[in-house]
Amino acid sequence: MTDRLSSLSRRVLDGDRAALARVLTRVENDDEVGRSALENLYPHSGKAHVVGLTGPPGAGKSSLANELIRHYRALGARVAVIAIDPSSPLTGGATLGDRIRMMEWHADEGVFIRSMASRRFGGGLAEQTLAVASVFDAAGFDPVIIETVGTGQDEVAVAQLALTTLLVQAPGMGDSVQTLKAGALEIGDVLVVTKADRPDSAELARDLRRMQTLTLGGGPDPSAWRPPVVTTSVIDGEGIGEVMAAIADHRSWLGTSGALRDRQRTIAMAEMMGHLRRQILERMESLDRDSTAYVDIVDAIADRRMTPRRGASSILDV
Amino acid sequence: MPDASSAGTSEQARTIRILVAKPGLDGHDRGAKVLARAFRDAGFEVIYTGLFQTPEMIASAALQEDVDVVGLSILSGAHMALFPPIMDALRAVGRDDVLVVAGGTIPEDDIPLVREMGVAAVFGPGTPLHTAIDFVRSHAPVRADTA
Repeated sequence: MTDRLSSLSRRVLDGDRAALARVLTRVENDDEVGRSALENLYPHSGKAHVVGLTGPPGAGKSSLANELIRHYRALGARVAVIAIDPSSPLTGGATLGDRIRMMEWHADEGVFIRSMASRRFGGGLAEQTLAVASVFDAAGFDPVIIETVGTGQDEVAVAQLALTTLLVQAPGMGDSVQTLKAGALEIGDVLVVTKADRPDSAELARDLRRMQTLTLGGGPDPSAWRPPVVTTSVIDGEGIGEVMAAIADHRSWLGTSGALRDRQRTIAMAEMMGHLRRQILERMESLDRDSTAYVDIVDAIADRRMTPRRGASSILDV
Repeated sequence: MPDASSAGTSEQARTIRILVAKPGLDGHDRGAKVLARAFRDAGFEVIYTGLFQTPEMIASAALQEDVDVVGLSILSGAHMALFPPIMDALRAVGRDDVLVVAGGTIPEDDIPLVREMGVAAVFGPGTPLHTAIDFVRSHAPVRADTA
């Protein structure tokens, strides 16, 4: 068994696309094969620049991803895209329709696009997003682009696993007050305004830039990253070069400012805490409610000999 | 119903991933969308690539998405010309283990020939949606642990 597993991982490291596709499924399903593969592959990851793409449905995330692929391929980079779409809260099914914007790369071995259903994870991501990104990373793809579910104002989880987050905004969604709001607008390292062919896109870009100037005090910290606002159109490619430059600038700023290590540790911590939360939940669900220890604690709480809080702590020690 | 190579078994919880694509040049995608919606509502994860797909596009998407099933909708009458290169392309990327089903306007007389090419089932006009769903659910291959 172990031999077969490690051979699967080795094939991923050797660039076998079929093995990669298979491992991604098993990692996504978080089954035994996937967990073993991730144990093998995770130490080989950490080289790729992970770029998050987030924003409302229909804002143009997939179309922007398609243009980013074009520019990265021109630089000779091997690009992976993880395109997440929502799972049904009713049936668990999903329509994964981001790939349709990126079909032109089907014959290019330097591009690998994988659709993922959110499987009701929340935050605009799927539970195994970072694990899947790590597999791509280990397989030598750099960058790894993560396109979130279409998001609203409050889904910011992608910023906890991407090194550079692009917040994609389309015009026509409200006035300048929207740009004042907390949440998604705070997590963009680059603010991308799409659909430059529409007259109101310049207005949105202006509102976003003005929002950035609404600060008091001695001016911005010169060493801090100030998210550029870039207006783009995939019709004629306007602004895509600037987005590429902004990503590169942010990447080098991360390196020179020392922020890279901070981000890597933030990502590590967020991911570990997520797993810890799930492991604790799994432990809760697997508690034997007929065991003497469990029954004794419940009785003690019911008899007022123990507070519920202390009871919970005791359960953890069982 | 034709017999697929390996029938689905007890593993209820697994998620079926299915590619829904329209090969060829006819632009009628309502049928493909109806099926994509039905499969979604049946709890499948549907990768929808839409119109004008070449055999190579279908094979490449089937590989990268690691789908269990490929659903093809053809209303152009070009099924006899389209299926062989699609099956060849799937074989070329090592995904001839995938369950291939088809829908659209495929004449009765052609169905045995299409099945011989490796298409497991043909769902013609008027097929109840649950027939297609049940077929996919019971015939989607259960795949081995290693690729």
